[in-house]
Amino acid sequence: MNNIKIIIGMMIVTFIPRYLPLLAFSRLNIPKPLKKLLRYIFPAALGALILPGAITAIPNYPAAAAAGIATAIVCSWFREEISLTVFLSVIVTLISLYLFGY
Amino acid sequence: MKEDIEEYSTERKDTLSKFREGMIASLPIFIGYIPVAVTFGLLAKSTGLTLLETFLFSALVFAGASQFMALQLIQGGAEPIQIIVATFIMNFRHFLMSSHLSAILPAKEKPWLLPFLSFGITDESFAYLSTSHASKEVDFILGLEYSAYVSWVGGTVTGYLFGNILPPILQASMGLALYTLFIALLVPEAKRSLSVAITAVIGGLTHSCLAWLKIFSPGWNIILAILIAASIGAWIIDEDEEEDQ
Repeated sequence: MNNIKIIIGMMIVTFIPRYLPLLAFSRLNIPKPLKKLLRYIFPAALGALILPGAITAIPNYPAAAAAGIATAIVCSWFREEISLTVFLSVIVTLISLYLFGY
Repeated sequence: MKEDIEEYSTERKDTLSKFREGMIASLPIFIGYIPVAVTFGLLAKSTGLTLLETFLFSALVFAGASQFMALQLIQGGAEPIQIIVATFIMNFRHFLMSSHLSAILPAKEKPWLLPFLSFGITDESFAYLSTSHASKEVDFILGLEYSAYVSWVGGTVTGYLFGNILPPILQASMGLALYTLFIALLVPEAKRSLSVAITAVIGGLTHSCLAWLKIFSPGWNIILAILIAASIGAWIIDEDEEEDQ
């Protein structure tokens, strides 16, 4: 029941910011300092999601996780193709896990 | 009368062909979502969610990063309100994307479709729409968004039901898929702006410190880390380097 509450709550707070500007259908005037803050929320959130979670994503095999992360960074630096990055990193992680005797 | 029908049918054909074009353009997103969505389904199952809850998560929220965050927080025993506040902060970025879209959409045509169009906004579809060659027509955007939606929801249910069939070594590797998706979203931005890169690093380090200190619950840790890093990024590091959009 708690989970359903969470899902409904998340749905509402996610949908409102998605819909409001299109509902108003005009460029809303967001104060500049706030706009700046909003611009930095996503990278800040991504950073907080990647660390420390990524290090412990594969329990007992941090080196394999590191290999996958390194692949993702290099791949997304040179080719901005999300699917390619995800697939290559999973494959590299898989091979590393195999080599480390998972 | 006959003209009316003809007009109607050409308009309909137009709608469909634009929708189809959007679906085709969405193919890289469709494919990229699959391993991540399957991982979400797998992880939701191991977190103890029911199939219905897992399905509703992807079908109603449709915001991958926050869904994974919610799983982490549910696992850590966070209060629903913390999870919802963290989601609000994290997904508020869609506000900017949506206001950008409202400025570039061709006309006020088909207003009844706008709730569906706004629901479908994601980082990936927005990134595509921001490129100059992308069509900005409502039908095209809907095709782009909802092809990704089908992949996300379908992948989630598939992962929940059949994820366990996958060899354990592949399951373990896919545990990292989510983080590589985050990296794939972050790196292109960080490449273009040093302040964005530094902000992300501060976010990661702050969250790591807070998680290690264990003063607050996990739910507040991530909220605090995001707010601290974004404030430092926006008001200390950023020096009006560029005004985009």
